[in-house]
Amino acid sequence: MTELLVKNACVIDPLRGINGETMDIAIRDGKIVEEVSDAAEVIDARGMLTLPGGVDSHTHICGTKVNFGRYMSPEDMRAGRTPRRGAMHATSGYSVPTTYGNSYRYSVMGYTTLLEGAMAPLEARHTHEEFTYTPLQDTMANTLFDGNWAILEAIRDGDVKRVAAIIAWTLKAVKGFGVKLTNPGGTEAWQWGKNVSCIRDPVPYFEVTPAEIIRSIVEANELLHLPHSVHLHCNNLGTPGNYSCTLGSFGLIPDLNEKRQTLYATHVQFHAYGGSEWKDFCSKSEPIARFVDMRPQIVMDMGQVMFGRTTTMTADGPMEFNLYRLHHEKWSNHDVELETGSGIIPVIYRRKNLVNSIMWAIGLELALLTKSPWQCLLSTDNPNGAPFVKYPEIIGLLMSKRYRDAEFATVHPDTESRVPLPAIERELDWHEIAVMTRAGAARALGIQDLGKGHLAPGADADVAIYPLKIDEVDPSAEYQKVIDAFSRTEYTIKRGRVVARRGECLVHGSNATLWVAPKVSDGYDMGKDPDFIEKFDRYYTVRMSNYPVQEEYVTRNRRIETEAEL
Amino acid sequence: MIVKDAVCPFCGCLCDDIEVEVEEGRVVAVTNACELGTTKFMGEKRMKNPILRVGDEWKDITYDEAVKYAADMLLAAERPLLYGWSGTHGEAQCVGVHMAELIHGVIDNTSSVCHGPSILAIQEVGHPGCTLGVVKNRADLVIYWGSNPIDAHPRHLSRYTRYAEGFFLENAFRDRKVIVVDVRKTESANIADEFIKIRPGGDYAVLSALRAIVQGKADTIPRTVAGVTREQLVRVANLCKSAKFGAVYFGLGLTMTQGKYKNIRNAIELVSELSRHTKFTISAMRGHYNVYGSNEVNTWMTGYPFGIDFSRGIAFYNPGETTAVDILARKECDAALIVGSDPAAHFPRKCLEHLAEIPVVQLDPYPNATTAFCNVQIPVAVTGIDAEGTAYRMDGVPIRTRRVLSSDYLSDEEVLARMYALMQEARER
Repeated sequence: MTELLVKNACVIDPLRGINGETMDIAIRDGKIVEEVSDAAEVIDARGMLTLPGGVDSHTHICGTKVNFGRYMSPEDMRAGRTPRRGAMHATSGYSVPTTYGNSYRYSVMGYTTLLEGAMAPLEARHTHEEFTYTPLQDTMANTLFDGNWAILEAIRDGDVKRVAAIIAWTLKAVKGFGVKLTNPGGTEAWQWGKNVSCIRDPVPYFEVTPAEIIRSIVEANELLHLPHSVHLHCNNLGTPGNYSCTLGSFGLIPDLNEKRQTLYATHVQFHAYGGSEWKDFCSKSEPIARFVDMRPQIVMDMGQVMFGRTTTMTADGPMEFNLYRLHHEKWSNHDVELETGSGIIPVIYRRKNLVNSIMWAIGLELALLTKSPWQCLLSTDNPNGAPFVKYPEIIGLLMSKRYRDAEFATVHPDTESRVPLPAIERELDWHEIAVMTRAGAARALGIQDLGKGHLAPGADADVAIYPLKIDEVDPSAEYQKVIDAFSRTEYTIKRGRVVARRGECLVHGSNATLWVAPKVSDGYDMGKDPDFIEKFDRYYTVRMSNYPVQEEYVTRNRRIETEAEL
Repeated sequence: MIVKDAVCPFCGCLCDDIEVEVEEGRVVAVTNACELGTTKFMGEKRMKNPILRVGDEWKDITYDEAVKYAADMLLAAERPLLYGWSGTHGEAQCVGVHMAELIHGVIDNTSSVCHGPSILAIQEVGHPGCTLGVVKNRADLVIYWGSNPIDAHPRHLSRYTRYAEGFFLENAFRDRKVIVVDVRKTESANIADEFIKIRPGGDYAVLSALRAIVQGKADTIPRTVAGVTREQLVRVANLCKSAKFGAVYFGLGLTMTQGKYKNIRNAIELVSELSRHTKFTISAMRGHYNVYGSNEVNTWMTGYPFGIDFSRGIAFYNPGETTAVDILARKECDAALIVGSDPAAHFPRKCLEHLAEIPVVQLDPYPNATTAFCNVQIPVAVTGIDAEGTAYRMDGVPIRTRRVLSSDYLSDEEVLARMYALMQEARER
């Protein structure tokens, strides 16, 4: 039995309605408990800001495309390297760090739970291997279903239950967590070098539209009672005027779940563009935020862009090709048979570039204009908008109008006429930041009942203690103090152990992987479905028996069983 | 006993539909595998136990003694080299990286003498590729450039291209065109629809000519380019542009000939250019069954696919300086651990002369050319036969190899983990 007592912590724990109370946190054997014995090790938090461990609900840290981002970018690897030291292995990389680099840098920022945003089922084993080497965070993987042939056929046949059955079989086989749609239909079209323009454009051969894909899979997701909602990267990412496509996609979504949203729309900054071409490109954050304000069934994350060099990587292959034609940088693409695709290019977001400046403004506007922080979570779509190490600066920007104005003075001068940002006075408070970086993310992912995102007795003892006293710092004026504090915890506690202290990681750790196994009746078990098996055997190049990810790939297994309506 | 869907641990095709019949702890029959794979499954004459060189004799030693010898050798070394890795599973490769990091060594895999230049090209211009099944189901044009699948990857043609069924091809054999580009008429050229014979060293010029034609500048092309006529080049460029889905598979005939990584860069840029007209992809025909896995493991753990030097604590990568051949040729290396490869059969003489001068430990089930350079050789289980573990197919698809029979041999991972534990202990003391 190991016990730990964090004393005199200034706690913000939004899921429990705690906002800045000074209290003690008792921990036994990795869980939060009511109280501990006198023998417990004591950490005196001295009134420092103490939050549940950070939860990133959309980041790219592990798997085939992330690793290819490293593989093709020695220049990025050189841009961030540390030697082996104490319990820490060597790390490389700035925008796409090595797995240890990701894990240590997130841990130092107080993050304890990460959702990999996109995993191709066929290559799931790779994602899980990298999770094993991401030792200081619990991990889970969104699984890509945007171009899944069996699902496209079931949608064409109008059989939502079959769609659900295929999702159930696949999630279980690949140890996936949630359902991800990236440019639904577009990734299949891209295997012919084509794309879909918006939600009414049929997918070649399969003759279903993105709208039908989104609707059917949202329904299927709820039939399976998955913890998380469908996680959507809308069609038409990154093009002028795409906000209407985004609103059209949001408009498809009924409110089907009482506990959480029905749709998680990711990196919405990239989908909130006005104008008809680059010349009249402008922000459409206002209509998007207004629309989301009226619909509790939608949660989004920002997809904030920050200036500097980074690497873009997404399952959205056609979008990356378009970016390549704009930037003429190196370009990688990787289509995955019967399932999905991906693309990668490095980019530099520049203050002197008008479009980049507008993009920077839009992400902030989404967070500031959306009324409820529970509906707009903090993200950069790491590393697409910026590497996650920029989160503290984003927090600073959201909490300080003065900081925003100072930054705004350095961006392209025409930005002012294209965005509402300079007119927005709102400054987010500590509680709102806590929602956007942990409580809201945990609720959106549906993992608060698994003890994530809060500090109630029974929860995982994942705690972040920041070297900052909220009653002594005025974030509006002293934003640099806020940035410094969120960059480096005083203590990061994971599963009841101190894993990071003042920038040093102290233990090797071992992650747990959360994955979902929906229970379906025999009639809906695709492993026994003759048509499914026959097509699998004929068109995949891996045998069906070699496809599922074995238990060996999961260090600590957190299998979540759901009772499906099938 | 018959094991179904076994995974062949020979080449980068990583065929996973093999049936292996086992009787009394021996493989007696293999179905579906090519000749190369079958030979590997049926392999005999394994070394029985670790051996130590004493003067001109080999002495049998225990695993504990062998592991200790290796650990002591690496701990005492100033510039240790950990080389090979393409013929073992990913879990063992991971231990290798940790080991290199601990002792500030150099870890390199066989890509540095194989598709290393292809990786350098990818690091300059990227890689538009796809999994093999995308090609199988869609490609109506396949180009083998400087590669000879019939000899080197025999089932590539039947599983993924020439003889494979494809979802979007009504009659795949008839509807799919195959072009072979090479300096001589290989067996693979015989089954192609079109053969392009290039004068040795002329690949770069031919690729440039094709790029120019695709860009609409056919009139700038001379009558022949490296022995290929303008008419043929224009015909081929048109075939590429009018294909619905084209796939290029290149081999060492392009990577390791005059121009080296510049050839691959040019080929990739041709494919990027073609992508503006239709769908096109390009990929390397990787050799060892898990050479790609070694690149993957090195990359997620160190940031670089091969040739990683930890001598200054951080991971440092500079192919040509931090690669095995260079470190041996410069006589810097003072101890070598070889795993899952046979450098003595492939390295230049100068490197081998130095290898003969320094202590060498090899993990390999069989005696090979490198055995002659070893101080200690440790036989291990063969991944895919009596050990299981992860391998990455040439297209990046990871597959867990199966254990088709049990034996008393330790796996590479187990042997390396023991070494690493001893080394950690020593360093913490």
